[in-house]
Amino acid sequence: MKFSESWLREQVSPALTTQQLTAQLTMAGLEVDGVEAVAADFTGIVVGQVVKREQHPDADKLSLCQVSDGTETFQIVCGASNVRVGLKIPFAKIGARLPSPDGKGFKIKKAKLRGVESFGMLCAEAEMGMSDSSDGLMELPADAPLGKDIREYLQLDDSVIEVDLTPNRADCLSINGLAREVGTLNKEDVMAQQVADVAATIDDSVAVTLSAVDACPKYLGRVIKGVNVQAQTPLWMVEKLRRSDIRAIDPIVDVTNFVLLEMGQPMHAFDMAKLDGGIDVRMAKSGEALTLLGGQEVTLSDDTLVIADQSKALAIAGVMGGEFSAVSGDTQDIFLELAYFNPVSIAGKARNYGLHTDSSHRFERGVDYHLQAKAAQRATQLILDICGGQAGPVVQAIDESAMPKPLEVTLRAARVKQVLALELPAAEIEEMLTRLGMTVANIEGGWRVDVPSYRFDIAIEADLIEEIARIYGYNLLPVNTPQAALELAVQPEVNTAIQTIKHFWVDRGYQEAITYSFVDPKTQKLVDPSVDGLELANPISADMSVMRSTLWVGLIKAAEHNLNRQQETVRLFETGLRFIPKDGELDQHQVISGLICGSRLVKGWSNGSDKVDFFDLKGDVEAMLALGGDADIRFEVGSHSALHPGQCAAIFKGDKQIGLLGALHPELQKKLGIKTQLYVYELVLADVREGVLPEFKAVSKVPERNYDLAFIVEESVQWSQVEHIIRKNAGELLTNVTLFDVYRGQGIENGRKSLALGLTWQDPSRTLNDEEITSWVDNVVSALAEGLAAQLRG
Amino acid sequence: MENLQELVSAALANVDHAQGVQALDQVRVDYLGKKGQITALLKTLGKLSKEERPLAGAKINEAKQQVEVAIAAKKSLLEAAELNKKLASETVDITLPGRGQKTGGLHPVTRTLQRIESFFNSAGYNVEVGPEVEDNFHNFDALNIPAHHPARAMHDTFYFDAQTLLRTHTSPVQIRTMEKQEPPIRIICPGRVYRCDSDLTHTPMFHQVEGLLVDKNVSFADLKGTVQQFLRVFFEDEELNVRFRPSYFPFTEPSAEFDIEWAASKTGWLEVGGCGMVHPNVLTASGVDPEKYMGFAFGLGVERLAMLRYGVSDLRMFFENDLKFLEQFN
Repeated sequence: MKFSESWLREQVSPALTTQQLTAQLTMAGLEVDGVEAVAADFTGIVVGQVVKREQHPDADKLSLCQVSDGTETFQIVCGASNVRVGLKIPFAKIGARLPSPDGKGFKIKKAKLRGVESFGMLCAEAEMGMSDSSDGLMELPADAPLGKDIREYLQLDDSVIEVDLTPNRADCLSINGLAREVGTLNKEDVMAQQVADVAATIDDSVAVTLSAVDACPKYLGRVIKGVNVQAQTPLWMVEKLRRSDIRAIDPIVDVTNFVLLEMGQPMHAFDMAKLDGGIDVRMAKSGEALTLLGGQEVTLSDDTLVIADQSKALAIAGVMGGEFSAVSGDTQDIFLELAYFNPVSIAGKARNYGLHTDSSHRFERGVDYHLQAKAAQRATQLILDICGGQAGPVVQAIDESAMPKPLEVTLRAARVKQVLALELPAAEIEEMLTRLGMTVANIEGGWRVDVPSYRFDIAIEADLIEEIARIYGYNLLPVNTPQAALELAVQPEVNTAIQTIKHFWVDRGYQEAITYSFVDPKTQKLVDPSVDGLELANPISADMSVMRSTLWVGLIKAAEHNLNRQQETVRLFETGLRFIPKDGELDQHQVISGLICGSRLVKGWSNGSDKVDFFDLKGDVEAMLALGGDADIRFEVGSHSALHPGQCAAIFKGDKQIGLLGALHPELQKKLGIKTQLYVYELVLADVREGVLPEFKAVSKVPERNYDLAFIVEESVQWSQVEHIIRKNAGELLTNVTLFDVYRGQGIENGRKSLALGLTWQDPSRTLNDEEITSWVDNVVSALAEGLAAQLRG
Repeated sequence: MENLQELVSAALANVDHAQGVQALDQVRVDYLGKKGQITALLKTLGKLSKEERPLAGAKINEAKQQVEVAIAAKKSLLEAAELNKKLASETVDITLPGRGQKTGGLHPVTRTLQRIESFFNSAGYNVEVGPEVEDNFHNFDALNIPAHHPARAMHDTFYFDAQTLLRTHTSPVQIRTMEKQEPPIRIICPGRVYRCDSDLTHTPMFHQVEGLLVDKNVSFADLKGTVQQFLRVFFEDEELNVRFRPSYFPFTEPSAEFDIEWAASKTGWLEVGGCGMVHPNVLTASGVDPEKYMGFAFGLGVERLAMLRYGVSDLRMFFENDLKFLEQFN
């Protein structure tokens, strides 16, 4: 909310500079977003009047004017199109200092314009720093006193303060509310405007029916007949509105806006002539049409409260009036509406229609439910003062049972002390609450506090304690270090910390990436076609509209980003949730994923230029899986549509598949437009983290026995098959099998390969003899020959 | 025997001229070997008389020793020279880069979070995490934000359907923790959160870290102390000024925002987070008796802290994963 500082100071004016005042508001929770001077720093501009105007002899667009300041008349050359005889304008006399863009200001001097002398300048609002742009000269009211300094006349030594209020502080969306706060903070009394009842002089009224009492339990109306809508809104009101960014429209609308700013009560004026019978406050009929002020046509839904007459909806309650029933230049009689709407019934309605108004902003947050009668009198008085007319009686429709119940809150002195760690004198607490408009009664150990009808944010003791803390000053409250029992936390040793795993990848030359959890549905479908990704109902953009079912989608995009920026080698990993909808349920769990491409090692004088392949990534994944010490990990031939069918491993832990590893499918790479071969993996993080507790086995002191063998097998034979058979047939004392060479080429038939391997045995207590070794080797040779047609290489 | 002197002189000259260990050894063989010239002289002693023998023997042995010493001296000289030659030939350009893999690095958000976690771990806080696809209850209702509350509109929530959404803050983890654990509770909850907002200073996904302490006799003073201490250790500035401004969060009462003094900011202060005493309704909704226990909670934006700490000027860079950005934090 924007407001004029001097308007606030009419009610309460502590001895604070503007800067001190705004700092005080911010520190009381009414955050000041901006402070601006109402006008630029200028001098020497007075009220002038054009007494004669003729065409400039040598310029079509210039006028030659005689301008009076009440005592003398000056010849002025003026280019504005709205200059005319009788008009009162701001007149910068010779010697006046006006603002300039460089901030230095410029002085008005006698000048010659197209050969004619000019003794001063007539000003537009922008030239005085009162607005960003203006269309012609500023037109002053006819009663503006000639020769009066314009700063004084328009009260321009003022600032516009903008407060950004949190939604709980609807009570401060008015000058009265702000004044109450400032008064409390400075312990100063507030001079609120005097509002006297305006007696009815006519009997005219409009019947009001409340058809939706939960949404609108209270509605006041008043007829005012014979108003002159052509009357001029007084300058003081126009200026106050302008400083709150509200443009003057006509005196009736101006008054309703003024009372909204002053008291916080939104109201609306209908043109009586447009009403068809009595008012009905009801829910809209589904599909009902309404043209709003400004011409926007809306189709209403049946959850929207409307103000209607007997034949049609006139306004969206608490949001905006309709065009048909609006006050216009022809209006003679008006019907003034003031209501209390339940915030819940108004909340979100304006937004549903793409609207946000000063009225909806207040009703959504809560308008004082006792304010309507007083605001009605205030508005009536102002309208009668400006527009004349005859007021009818105030008609009130109310359903007491649906009205908010006054709240009573118990405040315990001990609790205040406990929460704030501070003992405040009772009198101080009482003064704070009383100045905030609460009625405070002493009870045993504390107070009974009546919550005012404008404080929708106070319902419990904690709310009152916040008020006390806020008024006292958060920064003056004590500071302490919490005390707690020194208990040790349980930390399962077999769980590898996520930090350890992340540092493992960092040490292996990977950069950690963080990619968006929502991704492009097209890429998601290409990478993981078997999953229907969870779709956002309101994505921020189409390419961020579906939840990832694998981190690969984001990592591939990140790799692409870097490959497109002259990076040849990319090594990335990421941890995070993947989201897999299944049978109406959503499975969201942490995974760790990685991606490599490009050179195996940093390009360098001795590092060679080998490209990474499947086994580079596999080696890293195996090493990570070894962090927990669990050996029960298997790599089996796997399949996934995103991966190369010949280079895809399913990773098992025991019987459970915990992840995948492989080369990205060449077809997918082609569709994604990525030329560099990518390798990726993804594993369930919980399974990676879960290891085993080390268990000691005696270290043998006798020497190991080694034996090397080479077999020729079909190309299709997998090493894991060979290893499995060896482990089954080489005796229980076998401690290790190493594959140290895979050879294809000269001496080996096409379609076959040679595997060279080393076997190691060890007995805990004795040296193994040659016969034993020979017999195990023989077993292995015959088992491999039988199982895999492996041929011992001579 | 007359030529012994000549023989020694010749031997010493040969030692002196020997060009290498091998040549030197040849000199030794020539003079001191089994068939060496000095050795041969010793064999002639038998032809001398008993009286002459000791004197002659002593002279020959003296000559032999003289040559041996010279050889040993020369040998160590030659060996040192050879070693030096070998070492010289093995010299490498130690300024060449080393071989192997370079190290990677943690994302600056993780780096920041790990620091924060370690501060709080050391004070007995546990790390808790929760789901990112949340329900209305945990993200809003249990946090005292009923439907139609204006605060819901402030959150710019991503929805899947009327009941399911992407969490807008890490606060649901507070609720989930209090549901399963009895006080005292000391936790911090780091993680991704989502808001439907994207411009220069907002990304639709970002990270928060939230702290919660629930115990008997917890006061607003404890909250102020904890937040202030955290900011001071985070920025490693014991003098850092921290201020608390009243604010509004439906799940805390009293609520505050906290600012740090920051010279580059227009107002001299920079907002870094929100905090407050846990609202009694939130404690009740999570099964904790608000008369028995009190709590405080605070939350901070991790990217914002990382930006301030490392001087990052563009928030969006955090999620582009450009190596030239990421590698700056290695």
